[in-house]
Amino acid sequence: MVNIIVLMKDIVDLTEIKVDPSTQRPILAGLSRKISDVDKRAVEAAVQLKEKHGGKVVVVSLGDDKTRTALREALAMGGDEAYLLRDPAFDGSDTLATSRILAAAIRKIGDYSLILCGEMTLDSLSAQVGPRISELLELPQVTYARRVELKGDKIMAERDLEDEDEVVEVSMPALVAVTREINEPRIPALMNIMRASRKPLQEWNCAALGIPSEEVGAAGSAVKVLEVKAPPMERKRIIIKAETEEEAAKSLVERLIKDGVLK
Amino acid sequence: MIEMSGAGFIGVTTYSEDSELLLELLGAGRRLADKLGVPLSAVLIGNVIDEEKRKEAIRHGADKVYVVEDPKLEAFGVEPYRAALLGAVRDVSPEVLLIGGTKRGKELAPRVATALETGCMSDCVALDMDSERRLVGRRLTYGGSTIAEVACLKKPQMATIPPKAFEKPAPSERTGEIVSLKVELPESKVKVVERRAKQQATFRIEDAPIVVSCGRGFKKKEDVKLLEELAEVLDAKVSCTRPLAADYHWMQEWVGLSGHKIRPKLYIAAGVSGTIQHVAGIRDAQTIVAINSNEEASIFNIADYGIVGDLYKVIPALTKALKEKLGK
Repeated sequence: MVNIIVLMKDIVDLTEIKVDPSTQRPILAGLSRKISDVDKRAVEAAVQLKEKHGGKVVVVSLGDDKTRTALREALAMGGDEAYLLRDPAFDGSDTLATSRILAAAIRKIGDYSLILCGEMTLDSLSAQVGPRISELLELPQVTYARRVELKGDKIMAERDLEDEDEVVEVSMPALVAVTREINEPRIPALMNIMRASRKPLQEWNCAALGIPSEEVGAAGSAVKVLEVKAPPMERKRIIIKAETEEEAAKSLVERLIKDGVLK
Repeated sequence: MIEMSGAGFIGVTTYSEDSELLLELLGAGRRLADKLGVPLSAVLIGNVIDEEKRKEAIRHGADKVYVVEDPKLEAFGVEPYRAALLGAVRDVSPEVLLIGGTKRGKELAPRVATALETGCMSDCVALDMDSERRLVGRRLTYGGSTIAEVACLKKPQMATIPPKAFEKPAPSERTGEIVSLKVELPESKVKVVERRAKQQATFRIEDAPIVVSCGRGFKKKEDVKLLEELAEVLDAKVSCTRPLAADYHWMQEWVGLSGHKIRPKLYIAAGVSGTIQHVAGIRDAQTIVAINSNEEASIFNIADYGIVGDLYKVIPALTKALKEKLGK
């Protein structure tokens, strides 16, 4: 038996992002949202462990009303309960404040032996929330896990580092951050989607979590986003004009040789 | 220099378990320290830190080197290394703390930042101090399609820096102080059962100096042969955009936001429209060549050289021209 808490985030669909040419800012309004890819694999990993060893999977997400759709999807994949952490006071939270909110929710849920999350969410790419929660809850952490197995009251995991792979063993309770290589998330069957609508989904706000409001949201954050732009690239932007394809090709090859790109 | 105090936090401190990356951090840190008019330091953590490593940090710009040595630090474990770095940082109380953004550095930095109740800006590719003495960083967001400018408002102001983002400074004969610190360390809660060196057998497209890619301008899978012939002359690897791999299954992998991010010397995109999702994967290519029949295609805005034309004619012509010029 293993009770697992999975932390997940629903983010804008990155493949839909377009750039406003006049401001160079990404247009994010109106984009559809989905569970961040690596987080979805954390949900899948949790469900697979539950199917093998018994127990339950609790999914937790900090978000807004739309996040309910993502939580329902996680429930359809095999999650048992869901918690939506939602409060206007949470707006503008950086990784520090986000971790405080999630850690408070984990403490309130209480009954767990494993916390799973993705190594990073694909919108912010920070890769900080997992380790920060380990610090707040004083839990051992295993990051970059591409394989997770249960062995008695221990977790065995294979970690994917730059120069080497590490097989590690850790006693539970522990936090494990997984990579996208860990699995292929399932597509829930219609029956399970219908069942998921009856599973418990509870909402907690700042007061329910007992966090002072100055510790969350923009007030409780240390990192402020000043500007987000689709970066301009410094490129030559030379269009090669010629009468025939052959001449254009020759001219291109000459320029590449002259630039030292080709030898 | 910025005329304002660091309010009890003094200096710029750097740490990376990767000794090459540490020197790059010293390069980035030196500029910030000079702007603030404060000293630059490096923290070295391990069982035994040899003399040469300490001197190397000083030669590359450190005014002070803090050394934490302990048998518990023989191999990297996040708990003892966290305690060692945290101990050093509490002692030094720097205004800015830069950590090398290796995977190990990036599991360590948020731990230290949380213990210090401060912020940390991940993977900054540019850093500066603004007039309000805030550390401002630039970093990729939204899967790499955008760059965010972020500021750290609490001290110590922390950032991680990926490898190769900053130049290693030229070494010079300079003097610096070396300070040994004693820190109480816990045992690692995570037991390493096995370490395996990565197998380098599989070829990574990230390592190819030249990559040629096809996009939806190709009508059918068989036509990719044209590109393969071009690739052969250039000794290049062939790739594609996401729809060709994910939707049409012409190839297994693709270049872009959700695929491989590459930085080849030369990237040739044929029949590629140039969505920001694809561009996110080739942003760091040295030279980009675009071939597209639509002169309005956005790929031309991010290309060094563009040929407006029918790829079914341009690619064979290019293959032929290369054969002639390169004598193959």
